[in-house]
Parts: sequence; C-alpha cells; structure tokens
Amino acid sequence: MDELTLSDELAGAGGVATTDVAEYALWLGDDALILSQQLGWWISRAPELEEDVALGNIALDLIGHARSLLHYAGTASGRTEDDLAYWRTEPEFRSAWLFEQPNGDFGHTIARQLVASVYLFELYSRLRASSDATLAAIAEKSLKEVDYHRDHAVQWILRLAGGTDESRRRITVALADVWPYVDELFRDEPLIDRLEGVAVRPSTLRPAFDDVIVGVLSEAGLQTPAGFIASGGGRRGSHFTTMGYLLAELQVLARQHPGASW
Amino acid sequence: MSAPGASAEPWPLWEVFVRAGRGLSHVHVGSLHAPDSDMALRNARDLYTRRNEGTSIWVVPAEAITTSDPDAKGAFFESPAGKNYRHAVYYTASEGVKHL
Repeated sequence: MDELTLSDELAGAGGVATTDVAEYALWLGDDALILSQQLGWWISRAPELEEDVALGNIALDLIGHARSLLHYAGTASGRTEDDLAYWRTEPEFRSAWLFEQPNGDFGHTIARQLVASVYLFELYSRLRASSDATLAAIAEKSLKEVDYHRDHAVQWILRLAGGTDESRRRITVALADVWPYVDELFRDEPLIDRLEGVAVRPSTLRPAFDDVIVGVLSEAGLQTPAGFIASGGGRRGSHFTTMGYLLAELQVLARQHPGASW
Repeated sequence: MSAPGASAEPWPLWEVFVRAGRGLSHVHVGSLHAPDSDMALRNARDLYTRRNEGTSIWVVPAEAITTSDPDAKGAFFESPAGKNYRHAVYYTASEGVKHL
C-alpha cells in the first residue's frame, strides 16, 4: 500500500488538534496501539488456526484506531503517526496499565479483552457526541469494530467459564489478575477538566461498564473480582514493568533502519 | 502449539456458505473448525467475509451433509447422455409461436 491509500484509511482526517486535544488523542491512541501490539503476539500461537485469525483481525482493527488517533495527535506538533509510535520514549507514552498487562495464557488475554472492549465500547459510544469533529468521526468508525471485539470476548468468557474445570479455574484466575488495572481506566485526570464537551469524562463510564460486566459474569456464573487496586499512572507516563520490553519489540525495526520502506 | 489440550478432541468441522448479495444464493466458500455453531459463525465472518464478500452466512456441521458417492459417478451423472430430448433446444418452435 502506498502513502495515499494509507491516509485514505484514516477516520476523520483533515482536522488539526490543539495541545490538550492532542494529549487526549494520545491517551486513546496509545491504548489501542499497545493492545494491538500485544495481540499480535498470538499470531501463530493461538489454540486453533481460526482463533489465530480472530485475534489477528482484532489487532488490525486496533491498529486502525491507533493510526487515526496518533495521526490526529501529531497534527498539534507536526509529527506523523510513525514519529509518535516509533520515536517516543517510554515516559512519553500515555497508555493505561490494563493494556500493558502481559498476554499470560489464553484466559488472561480474554479477560483483558473483556475489560478493554467493554470499556472502549462505552467510551466510543459517548465520544461520537464529542464537539471535536475528528474525535467524533474516529469514534463512529471504531465503535462497530469494538462492538465485535466485545462479542468475541463475551463468547469466550462464557465458554471458558462453562467448559472444563481447568478452563473455569484459569478464567477465574485471569479475571482476578486483570482486575486491579480496571480502576485506572475511569480516573478523571486534570486534562479532562480542560476538555469539557470534547473528551468523555472517564468516571461517567463506570456505571455502564459495571452493568455490562456484571451481566456477562453472572451469565457465566462467575463472581466479579474484588481486591487491591493498582496505582496506575500511564496517563502521566509512568508504566507497568512490561512496557519497556513491549516498546523495544515495537520500535526496534524502525530505529535500526530509520525511514526504511518497502 | 502442541501443549495443553493437544490430546483433546479437535473442534468439529463446519461447512460455510456465504450469500454475496440480495437475490443471490448462498454459495459454499470453504470449511473451518469451531467448538459450536455460534463460534463457527464468528470464525466464518473472520475467515470468509473480511473483504465485504457477504450479507449472510450459513454454517452447517460437515457431518450433517450427505454426499454422493464418487465411485457411483456413472450411474449417478452419466445417464442423461443420449437423452437430448431433455433439453429445450431439442425441439423446434412451432409456426406461429412468437417471442420464443
């Protein structure tokens, strides 16, 4: 694909972001980028070929969201989506810790997918009404895809919970392991106060998120996990321990061969 | 990957039929493995409709399909030979029949 086709794929192309809007776009773009990078690991490693393709598809959808959001974020500082993905250092990333959690076993990946997709679905549903036309357009396009990601995660939660004793044990452990990182998604950072009407206030998403999660988990006969809450800090550039390795793998090629193309 | 669950039963096989648009029939496009019909539909969506190929998908358990016996090809499919009267073009149009 050439540059022209690539830019045609961007949702809401053409807008120029202010510094604050760009920062918000980085939050959302980095969440999608890091989750996509994580899911890419499963390609050739999923339990079945069909699931390999399903996770790969979801990763590709997320890369699409990340590209649109990072492209928009870059308009505030004259940087491209590639500049932002490949040439920022760890403290410059804004992803939340949930997305940085290790893939673990298949159950962990599905537990992370459940939290991520339910959160993103609620977020993009509301972001469609943003007064920022570019963010609204990106949300509109992403919502349909995230809806499918959510369905995929829910289907697997039900099957793992209702499968064998071992699958039920593993998904229970996985949900408990992922849960400390849920809280950070719904924290209102000071940036949100400066983006009234543009950004979605994270704390307002929590009730809808909880309703969906409780519904899914009760259908699966699972308890909603409780326990400690991780400190988080991704929105301020403080990341989970996995992040350095993740970024090294994500960025090594671009950094060893700057400007390379095919 | 040959690790956990490798000894378990493989997922059953499903045949996939996709309808490309309104007014067209569902056409067989291939097969896939899935644990149940709901997952088979979703896998079919991922494998066979990624480039806007379809408006509707059917999945059918492969074992539910009864197939003709390849060894009985002669008895099954070659009987029409020499029976050209089964084709409409065998007949000449009668005089006075227009628009045929």
